[in-house]
Amino acid sequence: MTTEQTAADLPIWRDGRFQADEWALAGEGEAVSEGPALLPLARFLAEREALAARNAPLGVLVEPNEAIEELAPHLDRVALVALNFPKYADGRAMSSARLLRERYGYRGEVRAVGDVLIDQMPLMRRCGFDAFAVANEPTRRQLAAGKWPDVPFYLQPTGATTQHEIPAGTRPWARRPD
Amino acid sequence: MYRYDEFDHGFVAARTAQFRDQVERRLSGELTEDQFKPLRLMNGVYLQLHAYMLRIAIPYGTLSARQLRKLAHIGRVYDKGYGHFTTRQNIQFNWPALKDIPAILDELASVEMHALQTSGNCIRNVTTDHFAGAAADEIADPRPYAEILRQWSSIHPEFSYLPRKFKIAVTGAPSDRAAIQLHDIGLELKRGPDGATGFAVYVGGGQGRTPMIAHKVRDYLPEEELLTYIEAVMRVYNLHGRRDNKYKARIKILVHETGAAEITRQIEAEYEEVRKTDLLRLPESEIQRIAAYFAPPDLPEKPARSGALEAAKADSREFATFVENNVTPHKAAGYGVVTVSLKPIGGIPGDATDRQMEVVADLAERYSQSEIRVSHEQNLVLPHVALDDLPALYASLKAQGLATGNAGLVTDIIACPGLDYCALANARSIPLAQDLSTRFGSPERQKEIGELKIKISGCINACGHHHVGHIGLLGVDKRGEEVYQITLGGSGDETASVGALVGPGFKTEEVVDAVETVVDTYLRLRESPDETFLAAVRRLGQQPFKEALYGAA
Repeated sequence: MTTEQTAADLPIWRDGRFQADEWALAGEGEAVSEGPALLPLARFLAEREALAARNAPLGVLVEPNEAIEELAPHLDRVALVALNFPKYADGRAMSSARLLRERYGYRGEVRAVGDVLIDQMPLMRRCGFDAFAVANEPTRRQLAAGKWPDVPFYLQPTGATTQHEIPAGTRPWARRPD
Repeated sequence: MYRYDEFDHGFVAARTAQFRDQVERRLSGELTEDQFKPLRLMNGVYLQLHAYMLRIAIPYGTLSARQLRKLAHIGRVYDKGYGHFTTRQNIQFNWPALKDIPAILDELASVEMHALQTSGNCIRNVTTDHFAGAAADEIADPRPYAEILRQWSSIHPEFSYLPRKFKIAVTGAPSDRAAIQLHDIGLELKRGPDGATGFAVYVGGGQGRTPMIAHKVRDYLPEEELLTYIEAVMRVYNLHGRRDNKYKARIKILVHETGAAEITRQIEAEYEEVRKTDLLRLPESEIQRIAAYFAPPDLPEKPARSGALEAAKADSREFATFVENNVTPHKAAGYGVVTVSLKPIGGIPGDATDRQMEVVADLAERYSQSEIRVSHEQNLVLPHVALDDLPALYASLKAQGLATGNAGLVTDIIACPGLDYCALANARSIPLAQDLSTRFGSPERQKEIGELKIKISGCINACGHHHVGHIGLLGVDKRGEEVYQITLGGSGDETASVGALVGPGFKTEEVVDAVETVVDTYLRLRESPDETFLAAVRRLGQQPFKEALYGAA
């Protein structure tokens, strides 16, 4: 499999393999597709009552400067939350992901989009991300080759639902992968 | 001392393997320098003026003799035979090759050390009082809490890409030797109303371009709530700290722009939410288990007064000066805490050769329960020395040029690496420190001046802590020329204050004279020899020093 050919067709890394993206982004002023539609948070909040009549899944794209609390009351109607990393070093979405999973109990897909690189992906997963839109070619190659640069000794109970972590020893903050 | 268990060993080994892979990908060109940068920084690797620099963590400044020997070995094999102890209780090696760094990390792991999070926009090495566990004025040993924070902050998935670096300091004594009010979070151990242990919490202090004293956001936090509360502070900062301008990205700016009352409200609200999960509450049993690693050493009982010490003091004035300045009272009668000065007259502050490190390690084994501390003032400390042993210890130190009796005096200067090493610097710091040390070097002069902290930064980033120097010197570039500004009245202790600029800067060839003018003005105007430089500046204000430096207005 050459990743160059599949990057456009199979952009999403989820459950250990590359998959197609079934979601269509509908930015401000753009038509909302018949199928699964991803809307920016502001548009979702403004049009959510009209959108309620639709018969296809809804997703919401959240920028790092937007408060995840605003989305919280509506999560039961949302099948995907995409959190954007405009730069890989912008860690705000890490907090948003944890809040989604741990505070608001969200069980749908939490997807990392934007500047997603392999060295941050294990941390993202521990914060609650379970899908990753990966455009970076070296990252795609490494993932395809089975690499996952995790340090499997965790010193924080992140409480994410995306992977099973079990207590390690007597320290309440230490965990191992299950 | 804390000892790694299997989990901790596994953690550090896995992290080193991960970084080895990242270095290989960088060397092969797969990772760009831009992509490699945050990865190497979180493993302590900087790209400096001439070479990569490796900064190794010395958690809360505590080292065993075995660990210090390993640092000596690294200095000898991978560097040019020396290391540089920093103002954050760490050590830096200035000349390692990038390809050797994974091997150095393996060497460190073999003695339960690492270079994790000594750089990068993450929670850095937690610092504390270098006299912790030994000082007579301590309420409780702060190191168990610093160790808990070290563990919890290691590769924290949520807090590894913060707006900017984040520094936490803990003090266990009312005399604050850890400068907690100049940190992003400062923790002061105290007793609660019920006699239990807890913390006063300060947030938003820092130096750099915009020095600020921290605000107290909590007067009392029970110890079991430590991680819960810190997580709340970190989340508020991670979500709301500025990311548009790296010079405005520290939490002090967030606190300043949001207001202390509002930020306190946000932290408390987040804290209430985090508490509900109950994931981070520290069980008493676990605090005690960690604290047991730091149990006071079993020191043989001694009389408070040592005949051997008194006889040696009477015999040698130089030794008596050393004892007066470099030995601090210990909790246990008949013992002292010894500062090993890395500030020889005319020398480079904080540098130690591999041989000197070996000797200090030997002496720690013989005289100080195999324990060494690194102070943020860039000295080493032997924390548990019997007063009877001081004469012999002194003789051994002296043979290695390590017996300078100047702790806390005018020649005990803090200086950043400056333009000799650093890619950020505008001016040299080390040669100025050397010139000042030489100028004030005579024991009589130093004794006359008394306690005086000079701190030198080679640029506005303030790594040399000039803002909290009783006399601070800041190197700036003025049309291609190195110029030094003088600030007066700064302090990093429990009476923390930021020094004020006294006037226009001085050229390299003028600045030592200018400092001497300031010192002479103090000597002339002090009420008595008991009035320290800092006390005199606080009483007199800037005016007399201005007049002495620039003439009457």
